[in-house]
Amino acid sequence: MELTQLSIREAHELLTTKKISSVELTQAMLDRIHDVDKKVKSYVTVTDDLALEQAKKADERIAKGENVTPLTGIPFSMKDCISTRDVRTTCSSKILENYVPQYNATVTNKLADSGAVLVGKTNMDEFGMGSSCENSAFFNTHNPWDLERVPGGSSGGSAAAMSASLATFTIGEDTGGSVRMPAGFTNVTGIKPTYGRVSRYGLIALVSSFDSIGPMTRDAYDCATVLEAIAGHDPHDSTTYNSPVPNYTKDIDKPVKGMKLGIPKEYFVAGMEAGVEAAMQESIRQFEKLGMEVREVSLPHTKYGLPVYYLLLFAEASANLARMDGTRFGLSVSDGAKDVIDIYLKTRHEGFGDEVKRRIMLGAYALSAGYYDAYYLKAQKVRTLLRRDFETAFSKVDILLAPTCPTTAFKLGEKTSDPLEMYLSDIYVVATNPAGVPALALPAGFSNNMPVGMQLIGKHLEESTLFQVAHAYQQVTDWHKQQPPL
Amino acid sequence: MAQTIDTKTVKHVAFLVRLGISEDEAQTFSGQFSSIIDYFNMLNEVDTENVPPASDIANAENVLREDVVKPSMSREEFLKNAPNSERGYVKVPTVLGDE
Repeated sequence: MELTQLSIREAHELLTTKKISSVELTQAMLDRIHDVDKKVKSYVTVTDDLALEQAKKADERIAKGENVTPLTGIPFSMKDCISTRDVRTTCSSKILENYVPQYNATVTNKLADSGAVLVGKTNMDEFGMGSSCENSAFFNTHNPWDLERVPGGSSGGSAAAMSASLATFTIGEDTGGSVRMPAGFTNVTGIKPTYGRVSRYGLIALVSSFDSIGPMTRDAYDCATVLEAIAGHDPHDSTTYNSPVPNYTKDIDKPVKGMKLGIPKEYFVAGMEAGVEAAMQESIRQFEKLGMEVREVSLPHTKYGLPVYYLLLFAEASANLARMDGTRFGLSVSDGAKDVIDIYLKTRHEGFGDEVKRRIMLGAYALSAGYYDAYYLKAQKVRTLLRRDFETAFSKVDILLAPTCPTTAFKLGEKTSDPLEMYLSDIYVVATNPAGVPALALPAGFSNNMPVGMQLIGKHLEESTLFQVAHAYQQVTDWHKQQPPL
Repeated sequence: MAQTIDTKTVKHVAFLVRLGISEDEAQTFSGQFSSIIDYFNMLNEVDTENVPPASDIANAENVLREDVVKPSMSREEFLKNAPNSERGYVKVPTVLGDE
Protein backbone atom coordinates (compact mmCIF):
# COMPACT_ATOMS: atom_id res chain seq x y z
CA MET A 1 0.00 0.00 0.00
CA GLU A 2 1.41 3.35 -1.09
CA LEU A 3 0.32 5.81 1.60
CA THR A 4 0.85 8.89 -0.51
CA GLN A 5 -1.53 7.65 -3.22
CA LEU A 6 -4.55 7.29 -0.93
CA SER A 7 -7.69 9.37 -1.36
CA ILE A 8 -9.04 11.23 1.67
CA ARG A 9 -11.80 8.67 1.96
CA GLU A 10 -9.38 5.72 1.89
CA ALA A 11 -6.94 7.35 4.30
CA HIS A 12 -9.77 8.19 6.71
CA GLU A 13 -10.91 4.56 6.71
CA LEU A 14 -7.37 3.31 7.48
CA LEU A 15 -6.81 5.98 10.16
CA THR A 16 -10.05 5.33 12.01
CA THR A 17 -9.60 1.54 11.92
CA LYS A 18 -6.06 2.16 13.31
CA LYS A 19 -4.38 0.38 10.38
CA ILE A 20 -2.19 3.45 9.89
CA SER A 21 -1.40 6.51 11.98
CA SER A 22 -1.44 10.11 10.89
CA VAL A 23 2.24 10.36 11.85
CA GLU A 24 3.07 7.51 9.44
CA LEU A 25 0.95 9.03 6.67
CA THR A 26 2.38 12.51 7.23
CA GLN A 27 5.97 11.25 7.37
CA ALA A 28 5.43 9.33 4.13
CA MET A 29 4.12 12.51 2.51
CA LEU A 30 7.03 14.62 3.78
CA ASP A 31 9.53 12.01 2.56
CA ARG A 32 7.93 12.04 -0.87
CA ILE A 33 7.95 15.84 -0.96
CA HIS A 34 11.67 15.94 -0.12
CA ASP A 35 12.31 13.40 -2.88
CA VAL A 36 9.93 14.19 -5.75
CA ASP A 37 9.51 17.93 -5.29
CA LYS A 38 13.12 18.45 -6.31
CA LYS A 39 11.78 17.87 -9.84
CA VAL A 40 8.26 19.31 -9.60
CA LYS A 41 9.02 22.31 -7.37
CA SER A 42 5.46 22.81 -6.18
CA TYR A 43 6.22 23.86 -2.60
CA VAL A 44 7.45 27.28 -1.46
CA THR A 45 7.55 26.20 2.18
CA VAL A 46 7.44 22.71 3.70
CA THR A 47 6.29 22.68 7.32
CA ASP A 48 7.88 19.41 8.54
CA ASP A 49 7.90 20.10 12.29
CA LEU A 50 4.47 21.67 12.43
CA ALA A 51 3.02 18.84 10.34
CA LEU A 52 4.39 16.09 12.58
CA GLU A 53 3.18 17.95 15.66
CA GLN A 54 -0.32 18.29 14.15
CA ALA A 55 -0.25 14.63 13.06
CA LYS A 56 0.53 13.54 16.61
CA LYS A 57 -2.41 15.53 17.92
CA ALA A 58 -4.64 14.02 15.23
CA ASP A 59 -3.57 10.54 16.31
CA GLU A 60 -4.50 11.39 19.90
CA ARG A 61 -7.90 12.60 18.74
CA ILE A 62 -8.47 9.39 16.81
CA ALA A 63 -7.25 7.23 19.73
CA LYS A 64 -9.75 8.90 22.05
CA GLY A 65 -12.44 8.84 19.37
CA GLU A 66 -13.14 12.48 20.12
CA ASN A 67 -14.20 14.97 17.51
CA VAL A 68 -12.90 12.91 14.60
CA THR A 69 -13.81 14.45 11.24
CA PRO A 70 -13.25 13.07 7.70
CA LEU A 71 -10.12 15.26 7.53
CA THR A 72 -8.58 14.42 10.91
CA GLY A 73 -4.98 13.34 10.34
CA ILE A 74 -5.05 13.98 6.58
CA PRO A 75 -2.00 15.83 5.13
CA PHE A 76 -2.78 18.81 2.92
CA SER A 77 -1.11 21.87 1.47
CA MET A 78 -2.35 25.33 0.73
CA LYS A 79 -1.79 27.98 -1.90
CA ASP A 80 0.62 30.56 -0.53
CA CYS A 81 -1.92 33.42 -0.62
CA ILE A 82 -3.90 32.04 2.34
CA SER A 83 -2.69 33.32 5.69
CA THR A 84 -1.16 30.87 8.14
CA ARG A 85 -0.16 32.17 11.57
CA ASP A 86 3.58 31.76 12.20
CA VAL A 87 4.07 30.17 8.77
CA ARG A 88 5.51 32.37 6.02
CA THR A 89 2.87 33.43 3.47
CA THR A 90 4.47 34.91 0.37
CA CYS A 91 1.99 35.05 -2.56
CA SER A 92 5.18 33.97 -4.39
CA SER A 93 6.23 37.63 -4.36
CA LYS A 94 9.50 39.23 -3.34
CA ILE A 95 7.50 41.88 -1.53
CA LEU A 96 6.15 39.25 0.92
CA GLU A 97 9.11 36.87 0.80
CA ASN A 98 9.67 37.05 4.55
CA TYR A 99 6.14 37.92 5.65
CA VAL A 100 4.88 35.78 8.54
CA PRO A 101 1.21 36.49 9.30
CA GLN A 102 0.12 37.06 12.88
CA TYR A 103 -3.26 35.50 12.24
CA ASN A 104 -4.93 32.64 10.40
CA ALA A 105 -7.34 32.84 7.51
CA THR A 106 -10.78 31.46 8.38
CA VAL A 107 -10.10 28.56 6.01
CA THR A 108 -6.85 27.81 7.87
CA ASN A 109 -8.71 27.83 11.19
CA LYS A 110 -11.46 25.59 9.88
CA LEU A 111 -8.97 23.05 8.57
CA ALA A 112 -6.99 23.16 11.81
CA ASP A 113 -10.21 22.56 13.76
CA SER A 114 -11.03 19.60 11.53
CA GLY A 115 -7.67 18.06 12.48
CA ALA A 116 -6.16 18.20 8.99
CA VAL A 117 -2.34 18.34 8.87
CA LEU A 118 -0.63 21.20 7.02
CA VAL A 119 2.49 19.95 5.21
CA GLY A 120 3.30 23.14 3.34
CA LYS A 121 2.47 26.15 1.22
CA THR A 122 2.43 25.91 -2.55
CA ASN A 123 3.85 28.02 -5.35
CA MET A 124 1.71 30.31 -7.47
CA ASP A 125 1.87 33.12 -9.99
CA GLU A 126 2.75 36.24 -8.02
CA PHE A 127 -0.43 37.45 -6.27
CA GLY A 128 -2.40 35.09 -8.51
CA MET A 129 -1.50 36.98 -11.65
CA GLY A 130 -0.77 34.41 -14.31
CA SER A 131 -1.85 31.24 -16.04
CA SER A 132 1.32 29.15 -15.91
CA CYS A 133 2.97 29.64 -12.50
CA GLU A 134 5.88 31.24 -14.37
CA ASN A 135 5.18 34.57 -12.67
CA SER A 136 6.32 33.21 -9.31
CA ALA A 137 9.15 35.41 -8.08
CA PHE A 138 10.92 32.31 -6.73
CA PHE A 139 10.96 29.49 -9.28
CA ASN A 140 8.91 27.71 -11.93
CA THR A 141 6.73 24.77 -11.01
CA HIS A 142 6.80 21.87 -13.46
CA ASN A 143 3.91 19.81 -14.74
CA PRO A 144 4.28 16.29 -13.28
CA TRP A 145 3.03 14.84 -16.60
CA ASP A 146 5.87 16.45 -18.54
CA LEU A 147 8.46 18.41 -16.61
CA GLU A 148 9.12 20.66 -19.60
CA ARG A 149 5.57 21.94 -19.45
CA VAL A 150 3.75 24.35 -17.15
CA PRO A 151 1.24 23.18 -14.53
CA GLY A 152 -1.11 26.07 -15.36
CA GLY A 153 -1.92 28.89 -13.03
CA SER A 154 -2.26 30.61 -10.88
CA SER A 155 -2.73 27.73 -8.39
CA GLY A 156 -0.04 25.81 -10.30
CA GLY A 157 1.80 24.68 -7.17
CA SER A 158 -1.36 23.31 -5.57
CA ALA A 159 -2.29 21.49 -8.80
CA ALA A 160 1.19 20.03 -9.33
CA ALA A 161 1.44 18.95 -5.67
CA MET A 162 -1.91 17.20 -5.92
CA SER A 163 -1.11 15.60 -9.25
CA ALA A 164 2.29 14.33 -8.02
CA SER A 165 0.76 12.94 -4.79
CA LEU A 166 2.62 15.42 -2.60
CA ALA A 167 -0.50 15.99 -0.46
CA THR A 168 -3.74 14.08 0.07
CA PHE A 169 -5.59 17.26 -0.83
CA THR A 170 -4.63 20.84 -1.55
CA ILE A 171 -6.37 24.19 -1.27
CA GLY A 172 -6.30 26.53 -4.25
CA GLU A 173 -7.86 29.86 -5.00
CA ASP A 174 -9.76 30.78 -8.17
CA THR A 175 -10.13 34.41 -9.27
CA GLY A 176 -10.67 33.64 -12.96
CA GLY A 177 -9.86 29.97 -13.43
CA SER A 178 -6.89 29.64 -11.11
CA VAL A 179 -8.15 26.36 -9.65
CA ARG A 180 -9.79 24.91 -12.78
CA MET A 181 -7.23 25.69 -15.44
CA PRO A 182 -4.26 24.09 -13.58
CA ALA A 183 -6.50 21.21 -12.44
CA GLY A 184 -7.18 20.52 -16.12
CA PHE A 185 -3.48 20.69 -17.01
CA THR A 186 -2.48 18.22 -14.28
CA ASN A 187 -5.36 15.67 -14.12
CA VAL A 188 -6.80 16.88 -10.84
CA THR A 189 -10.37 17.54 -9.66
CA GLY A 190 -11.00 21.03 -8.27
CA ILE A 191 -13.85 23.40 -7.58
CA LYS A 192 -14.37 27.13 -7.69
CA PRO A 193 -17.35 27.41 -5.34
CA THR A 194 -20.06 30.05 -5.57
CA TYR A 195 -18.67 33.47 -4.67
CA GLY A 196 -19.41 33.93 -0.97
CA ARG A 197 -19.64 30.22 -0.13
CA VAL A 198 -16.14 30.14 1.41
CA SER A 199 -14.83 32.97 3.59
CA ARG A 200 -12.13 35.19 2.11
CA TYR A 201 -10.95 36.39 5.53
CA GLY A 202 -7.17 36.03 5.60
CA LEU A 203 -6.92 35.40 1.87
CA ILE A 204 -4.52 37.97 0.44
CA ALA A 205 -6.90 39.68 -1.96
CA LEU A 206 -6.46 39.82 -5.71
CA VAL A 207 -9.99 40.72 -6.89
CA SER A 208 -12.28 41.01 -3.91
CA SER A 209 -15.44 40.52 -5.95
CA PHE A 210 -14.14 37.39 -7.77
CA ASP A 211 -11.83 35.57 -5.33
CA SER A 212 -13.06 32.08 -4.39
CA ILE A 213 -11.08 29.57 -2.32
CA GLY A 214 -11.60 25.96 -3.39
CA PRO A 215 -10.21 22.45 -2.82
CA MET A 216 -8.16 20.42 -5.33
CA THR A 217 -8.39 16.67 -4.88
CA ARG A 218 -8.16 13.20 -6.44
CA ASP A 219 -11.87 12.98 -7.18
CA ALA A 220 -15.25 14.63 -6.77
CA TYR A 221 -16.04 12.77 -3.57
CA ASP A 222 -12.93 14.12 -1.82
CA CYS A 223 -13.63 17.57 -3.23
CA ALA A 224 -17.12 17.51 -1.68
CA THR A 225 -15.64 16.40 1.65
CA VAL A 226 -13.18 19.30 1.79
CA LEU A 227 -15.61 21.97 0.59
CA GLU A 228 -18.00 20.96 3.32
CA ALA A 229 -15.25 21.55 5.89
CA ILE A 230 -14.24 25.00 4.66
CA ALA A 231 -17.55 26.53 3.50
CA GLY A 232 -19.95 28.60 5.55
CA HIS A 233 -20.86 31.95 6.98
CA ASP A 234 -18.09 34.00 8.59
CA PRO A 235 -18.71 37.16 10.60
CA HIS A 236 -15.30 38.33 9.34
CA ASP A 237 -16.47 38.26 5.70
CA SER A 238 -19.82 39.95 5.14
CA THR A 239 -20.05 38.56 1.59
CA THR A 240 -20.37 34.98 2.86
CA TYR A 241 -23.78 33.35 2.61
CA ASN A 242 -25.82 32.77 5.73
CA SER A 243 -27.50 29.66 4.33
CA PRO A 244 -26.40 26.36 5.88
CA VAL A 245 -23.69 24.31 4.16
CA PRO A 246 -25.24 21.17 2.67
CA ASN A 247 -23.88 17.71 3.37
CA TYR A 248 -22.29 17.47 -0.08
CA THR A 249 -21.36 13.79 0.14
CA LYS A 250 -24.76 12.61 1.35
CA ASP A 251 -26.52 12.76 -2.02
CA ILE A 252 -23.46 12.39 -4.21
CA ASP A 253 -24.53 8.89 -5.35
CA LYS A 254 -27.95 10.02 -6.56
CA PRO A 255 -28.52 9.15 -10.22
CA VAL A 256 -28.18 11.96 -12.73
CA LYS A 257 -30.74 10.48 -15.15
CA GLY A 258 -33.03 13.10 -16.59
CA MET A 259 -30.83 16.04 -15.66
CA LYS A 260 -30.29 18.58 -18.41
CA LEU A 261 -26.73 19.23 -19.58
CA GLY A 262 -26.16 22.38 -21.65
CA ILE A 263 -23.37 22.70 -24.20
CA PRO A 264 -22.61 26.41 -24.77
CA LYS A 265 -22.11 26.69 -28.53
CA GLU A 266 -19.79 29.70 -28.18
CA TYR A 267 -17.26 27.53 -26.33
CA PHE A 268 -16.98 25.02 -29.14
CA VAL A 269 -15.41 27.09 -31.86
CA ALA A 270 -12.21 27.11 -33.91
CA GLY A 271 -8.97 27.20 -31.96
CA MET A 272 -9.58 24.21 -29.72
CA GLU A 273 -6.91 21.48 -29.89
CA ALA A 274 -8.33 18.44 -31.72
CA GLY A 275 -7.64 16.11 -28.78
CA VAL A 276 -9.42 18.45 -26.38
CA GLU A 277 -12.46 18.62 -28.66
CA ALA A 278 -12.50 14.82 -29.01
CA ALA A 279 -12.32 14.39 -25.22
CA MET A 280 -15.27 16.79 -24.80
CA GLN A 281 -17.36 14.90 -27.36
CA GLU A 282 -16.54 11.59 -25.68
CA SER A 283 -17.49 13.04 -22.28
CA ILE A 284 -20.80 14.30 -23.67
CA ARG A 285 -21.52 10.75 -24.89
CA GLN A 286 -20.73 9.46 -21.38
CA PHE A 287 -23.24 11.86 -19.86
CA GLU A 288 -25.84 10.76 -22.42
CA LYS A 289 -25.19 7.15 -21.43
CA LEU A 290 -25.76 8.17 -17.82
CA GLY A 291 -29.22 9.30 -18.90
CA MET A 292 -28.63 13.04 -19.01
CA GLU A 293 -30.45 15.06 -21.59
CA VAL A 294 -27.94 17.05 -23.66
CA ARG A 295 -28.88 20.24 -25.47
CA GLU A 296 -27.09 23.16 -27.04
CA VAL A 297 -27.39 26.52 -25.30
CA SER A 298 -26.07 29.98 -26.05
CA LEU A 299 -23.99 32.32 -23.88
CA PRO A 300 -23.93 35.15 -26.40
CA HIS A 301 -21.47 37.41 -24.58
CA THR A 302 -18.80 34.73 -24.11
CA LYS A 303 -16.15 36.48 -26.18
CA TYR A 304 -16.41 39.56 -23.97
CA GLY A 305 -15.74 37.55 -20.84
CA LEU A 306 -11.99 37.94 -21.17
CA PRO A 307 -11.85 41.76 -21.51
CA VAL A 308 -14.47 42.19 -18.76
CA TYR A 309 -12.57 39.88 -16.46
CA TYR A 310 -9.16 41.45 -17.04
CA LEU A 311 -10.34 45.07 -16.86
CA LEU A 312 -12.10 44.50 -13.56
CA LEU A 313 -9.15 42.51 -12.28
CA PHE A 314 -6.70 45.28 -13.14
CA ALA A 315 -8.89 47.86 -11.42
CA GLU A 316 -9.55 45.93 -8.22
CA ALA A 317 -6.00 44.59 -8.02
CA SER A 318 -4.48 48.06 -8.34
CA ALA A 319 -6.47 49.07 -5.26
CA ASN A 320 -5.91 45.83 -3.32
CA LEU A 321 -2.17 45.85 -3.83
CA ALA A 322 -1.87 49.41 -2.53
CA ARG A 323 -1.36 47.89 0.91
CA MET A 324 2.01 46.51 -0.14
CA ASP A 325 3.77 49.79 0.62
CA GLY A 326 6.87 48.86 2.61
CA THR A 327 5.81 50.58 5.82
CA ARG A 328 3.80 48.14 7.95
CA PHE A 329 4.90 44.69 6.78
CA GLY A 330 6.81 42.97 4.00
CA LEU A 331 9.77 44.22 2.02
CA SER A 332 10.83 47.79 2.73
CA VAL A 333 13.39 49.58 0.59
CA SER A 334 14.20 52.80 2.39
CA ASP A 335 17.85 53.42 1.48
CA GLY A 336 18.20 57.10 0.78
CA ALA A 337 14.46 57.66 0.88
CA LYS A 338 13.77 61.32 1.52
CA ASP A 339 10.07 60.91 2.22
CA VAL A 340 7.46 58.21 2.56
CA ILE A 341 6.50 58.32 -1.14
CA ASP A 342 10.10 57.42 -1.93
CA ILE A 343 9.73 54.27 0.17
CA TYR A 344 6.57 53.33 -1.76
CA LEU A 345 8.23 53.91 -5.14
CA LYS A 346 11.42 52.01 -4.32
CA THR A 347 9.78 49.14 -2.45
CA ARG A 348 7.17 48.49 -5.09
CA HIS A 349 9.67 48.82 -7.94
CA GLU A 350 11.93 46.24 -6.36
CA GLY A 351 9.25 44.04 -4.79
CA PHE A 352 6.80 43.49 -7.65
CA GLY A 353 7.39 41.40 -10.77
CA ASP A 354 6.59 42.63 -14.28
CA GLU A 355 3.12 41.10 -14.53
CA VAL A 356 2.05 42.70 -11.26
CA LYS A 357 3.43 46.04 -12.43
CA ARG A 358 1.58 45.74 -15.74
CA ARG A 359 -1.71 44.94 -14.10
CA ILE A 360 -1.75 47.58 -11.40
CA MET A 361 -0.72 50.25 -13.91
CA LEU A 362 -3.42 49.16 -16.34
CA GLY A 363 -5.87 49.22 -13.42
CA ALA A 364 -4.96 52.79 -12.59
CA TYR A 365 -5.34 53.61 -16.29
CA ALA A 366 -8.82 52.02 -16.53
CA LEU A 367 -9.93 53.90 -13.41
CA SER A 368 -8.35 57.22 -14.21
CA ALA A 369 -10.19 60.40 -15.19
CA GLY A 370 -11.25 60.29 -18.81
CA TYR A 371 -11.09 56.49 -19.08
CA TYR A 372 -13.34 55.37 -16.20
CA ASP A 373 -16.54 55.32 -18.30
CA ALA A 374 -14.90 53.75 -21.34
CA TYR A 375 -13.24 50.91 -19.46
CA TYR A 376 -14.22 50.28 -15.86
CA LEU A 377 -17.89 51.26 -16.09
CA LYS A 378 -18.30 49.65 -19.50
CA ALA A 379 -16.84 46.41 -18.15
CA GLN A 380 -19.25 46.45 -15.18
CA LYS A 381 -22.17 46.85 -17.61
CA VAL A 382 -21.04 43.99 -19.81
CA ARG A 383 -20.57 42.01 -16.60
CA THR A 384 -24.32 42.36 -16.04
CA LEU A 385 -24.87 40.89 -19.52
CA LEU A 386 -22.50 37.99 -18.81
CA ARG A 387 -24.42 37.24 -15.67
CA ARG A 388 -27.74 37.37 -17.55
CA ASP A 389 -26.34 34.91 -20.11
CA PHE A 390 -25.88 32.36 -17.34
CA GLU A 391 -29.32 33.09 -15.88
CA THR A 392 -30.95 32.52 -19.26
CA ALA A 393 -28.99 29.31 -19.86
CA PHE A 394 -29.85 28.00 -16.41
CA SER A 395 -33.55 28.56 -17.04
CA LYS A 396 -33.22 25.81 -19.68
CA VAL A 397 -30.59 23.42 -18.28
CA ASP A 398 -29.27 22.29 -14.88
CA ILE A 399 -25.58 22.35 -15.65
CA LEU A 400 -23.16 23.47 -18.38
CA LEU A 401 -20.16 21.63 -19.80
CA ALA A 402 -17.03 23.25 -21.27
CA PRO A 403 -13.32 22.53 -21.55
CA THR A 404 -11.05 24.21 -18.99
CA CYS A 405 -8.61 25.34 -21.69
CA PRO A 406 -8.50 25.23 -25.51
CA THR A 407 -5.21 23.28 -25.31
CA THR A 408 -3.34 20.94 -23.00
CA ALA A 409 -0.40 22.24 -20.95
CA PHE A 410 1.99 24.36 -22.96
CA LYS A 411 5.78 24.42 -22.65
CA LEU A 412 7.64 26.54 -20.11
CA GLY A 413 8.62 29.81 -21.76
CA GLU A 414 6.23 29.33 -24.68
CA LYS A 415 3.95 32.26 -23.82
CA THR A 416 5.98 34.41 -21.44
CA SER A 417 7.00 37.02 -24.01
CA ASP A 418 3.44 37.98 -24.97
CA PRO A 419 1.16 38.92 -22.05
CA LEU A 420 -1.97 39.01 -24.22
CA GLU A 421 -1.31 35.53 -25.61
CA MET A 422 -1.05 34.26 -22.02
CA TYR A 423 -4.36 35.94 -21.09
CA LEU A 424 -6.09 34.11 -23.96
CA SER A 425 -5.40 30.73 -22.35
CA ASP A 426 -8.01 31.70 -19.72
CA ILE A 427 -10.77 32.14 -22.27
CA TYR A 428 -12.99 29.28 -21.01
CA VAL A 429 -12.62 29.85 -17.29
CA VAL A 430 -12.89 33.60 -16.71
CA ALA A 431 -16.60 34.25 -17.32
CA THR A 432 -17.80 32.31 -14.26
CA ASN A 433 -16.10 34.64 -11.77
CA PRO A 434 -17.71 37.92 -12.84
CA ALA A 435 -21.01 35.98 -12.69
CA GLY A 436 -20.22 34.37 -9.33
CA VAL A 437 -21.44 30.89 -10.32
CA PRO A 438 -19.69 27.70 -9.17
CA ALA A 439 -17.69 25.48 -11.53
CA LEU A 440 -15.94 22.17 -11.03
CA ALA A 441 -13.00 20.95 -13.12
CA LEU A 442 -12.31 17.27 -13.59
CA PRO A 443 -10.09 15.03 -15.74
CA ALA A 444 -11.70 14.18 -19.11
CA GLY A 445 -9.04 12.22 -20.98
CA PHE A 446 -5.72 12.80 -22.70
CA SER A 447 -4.44 14.50 -25.82
CA ASN A 448 -0.89 13.67 -26.91
CA ASN A 449 -0.31 12.07 -23.48
CA MET A 450 -1.22 15.28 -21.64
CA PRO A 451 -4.34 15.57 -19.46
CA VAL A 452 -7.47 17.28 -20.76
CA GLY A 453 -9.72 19.05 -18.28
CA MET A 454 -13.42 19.76 -18.49
CA GLN A 455 -15.52 21.95 -16.28
CA LEU A 456 -19.10 21.66 -15.14
CA ILE A 457 -20.71 25.02 -14.38
CA GLY A 458 -23.71 25.21 -12.06
CA LYS A 459 -26.30 27.56 -10.65
CA HIS A 460 -25.52 29.76 -7.65
CA LEU A 461 -25.06 27.64 -4.50
CA GLU A 462 -25.73 24.37 -6.35
CA GLU A 463 -22.36 22.78 -5.73
CA SER A 464 -24.21 19.58 -4.75
CA THR A 465 -25.34 19.12 -8.35
CA LEU A 466 -21.79 19.61 -9.63
CA PHE A 467 -20.44 16.98 -7.23
CA GLN A 468 -23.23 14.58 -8.11
CA VAL A 469 -22.65 14.83 -11.87
CA ALA A 470 -18.84 14.71 -11.55
CA HIS A 471 -19.06 11.72 -9.21
CA ALA A 472 -21.39 9.87 -11.63
CA TYR A 473 -18.85 10.49 -14.41
CA GLN A 474 -15.97 9.27 -12.26
CA GLN A 475 -17.86 6.04 -11.53
CA VAL A 476 -17.81 5.16 -15.24
CA THR A 477 -14.41 6.61 -16.24
CA ASP A 478 -10.93 6.23 -14.79
CA TRP A 479 -9.15 9.31 -16.15
CA HIS A 480 -8.91 10.73 -12.63
CA LYS A 481 -7.08 7.60 -11.46
CA GLN A 482 -4.22 7.99 -13.96
CA GLN A 483 -0.91 8.89 -12.36
CA PRO A 484 1.89 10.97 -13.91
CA PRO A 485 5.09 9.12 -14.91
CA LEU A 486 7.39 10.55 -12.22
CA MET B 1 -9.08 52.11 -33.42
CA ALA B 2 -5.47 51.68 -32.52
CA GLN B 3 -4.71 53.47 -29.33
CA THR B 4 -1.17 54.15 -28.29
CA ILE B 5 -0.15 54.56 -24.71
CA ASP B 6 3.00 56.61 -24.75
CA THR B 7 5.78 56.50 -22.19
CA LYS B 8 4.55 59.73 -20.62
CA THR B 9 1.18 58.10 -19.85
CA VAL B 10 2.94 54.98 -18.56
CA LYS B 11 5.05 57.07 -16.18
CA HIS B 12 1.93 58.94 -15.07
CA VAL B 13 0.00 55.76 -14.18
CA ALA B 14 3.12 54.29 -12.57
CA PHE B 15 3.18 57.27 -10.24
CA LEU B 16 -0.56 56.93 -9.56
CA VAL B 17 0.11 53.42 -8.19
CA ARG B 18 3.31 54.60 -6.48
CA LEU B 19 5.55 52.43 -8.58
CA GLY B 20 9.08 53.48 -9.39
CA ILE B 21 9.82 52.97 -13.09
CA SER B 22 12.89 53.23 -15.32
CA GLU B 23 12.98 54.68 -18.84
CA ASP B 24 13.53 51.20 -20.34
CA GLU B 25 10.59 49.76 -18.43
CA ALA B 26 8.34 52.61 -19.55
CA GLN B 27 9.30 51.83 -23.17
CA THR B 28 8.50 48.12 -22.84
CA PHE B 29 5.22 48.67 -20.99
CA SER B 30 4.13 51.31 -23.48
CA GLY B 31 4.20 48.79 -26.34
CA GLN B 32 2.49 46.05 -24.32
CA PHE B 33 -0.23 48.34 -22.98
CA SER B 34 -1.16 49.57 -26.41
CA SER B 35 -1.88 46.05 -27.68
CA ILE B 36 -3.73 45.03 -24.49
CA ILE B 37 -5.92 48.13 -24.41
CA ASP B 38 -6.55 47.76 -28.11
CA TYR B 39 -7.88 44.26 -27.47
CA PHE B 40 -10.12 45.57 -24.68
CA ASN B 41 -11.68 48.09 -27.03
CA MET B 42 -13.76 45.20 -28.41
CA LEU B 43 -16.16 46.01 -25.55
CA ASN B 44 -17.26 49.01 -27.60
CA GLU B 45 -19.13 46.59 -29.89
CA VAL B 46 -21.54 45.73 -27.09
CA ASP B 47 -24.72 47.76 -26.76
CA THR B 48 -25.02 48.61 -23.07
CA GLU B 49 -27.71 51.26 -23.42
CA ASN B 50 -30.05 50.75 -20.43
CA VAL B 51 -27.83 48.05 -18.91
CA PRO B 52 -27.01 48.81 -15.28
CA PRO B 53 -23.44 48.21 -14.13
CA ALA B 54 -23.02 45.14 -11.91
CA SER B 55 -22.68 46.19 -8.29
CA ASP B 56 -22.68 42.89 -6.45
CA ILE B 57 -22.75 39.28 -7.48
CA ALA B 58 -24.15 37.52 -4.45
CA ASN B 59 -27.43 39.44 -4.28
CA ALA B 60 -26.17 40.41 -0.90
CA GLU B 61 -28.02 42.69 1.44
CA ASN B 62 -26.39 45.11 3.80
CA VAL B 63 -24.99 43.27 6.76
CA LEU B 64 -25.26 45.13 10.05
CA ARG B 65 -24.09 44.20 13.50
CA GLU B 66 -23.66 45.77 16.90
CA ASP B 67 -20.33 47.51 17.35
CA VAL B 68 -19.01 45.47 20.24
CA VAL B 69 -15.55 46.04 21.68
CA LYS B 70 -13.54 42.82 21.59
CA PRO B 71 -9.88 42.00 22.19
CA SER B 72 -7.79 42.32 19.02
CA MET B 73 -4.15 41.88 18.09
CA SER B 74 -1.82 43.47 20.60
CA ARG B 75 0.32 46.40 19.57
CA GLU B 76 3.46 44.37 20.18
CA GLU B 77 2.18 41.53 18.01
CA PHE B 78 1.17 43.93 15.25
CA LEU B 79 4.54 45.62 15.18
CA LYS B 80 6.36 42.30 14.69
CA ASN B 81 6.08 42.77 10.93
CA ALA B 82 6.75 46.50 10.81
CA PRO B 83 10.11 47.24 9.15
CA ASN B 84 10.65 50.22 11.44
CA SER B 85 8.95 51.22 14.66
CA GLU B 86 9.50 53.44 17.65
CA ARG B 87 7.64 53.73 20.96
CA GLY B 88 4.77 51.57 19.75
CA TYR B 89 4.31 53.33 16.43
CA VAL B 90 5.19 52.44 12.85
CA LYS B 91 8.01 54.77 11.85
CA VAL B 92 8.30 56.30 8.38
CA PRO B 93 10.20 59.31 7.02
CA THR B 94 8.54 62.67 6.34
CA VAL B 95 4.96 62.34 5.11
CA LEU B 96 4.32 66.01 4.42
CA GLY B 97 7.22 67.53 2.52
CA ASP B 98 8.64 71.00 3.06
CA GLU B 99 8.03 72.23 -0.45
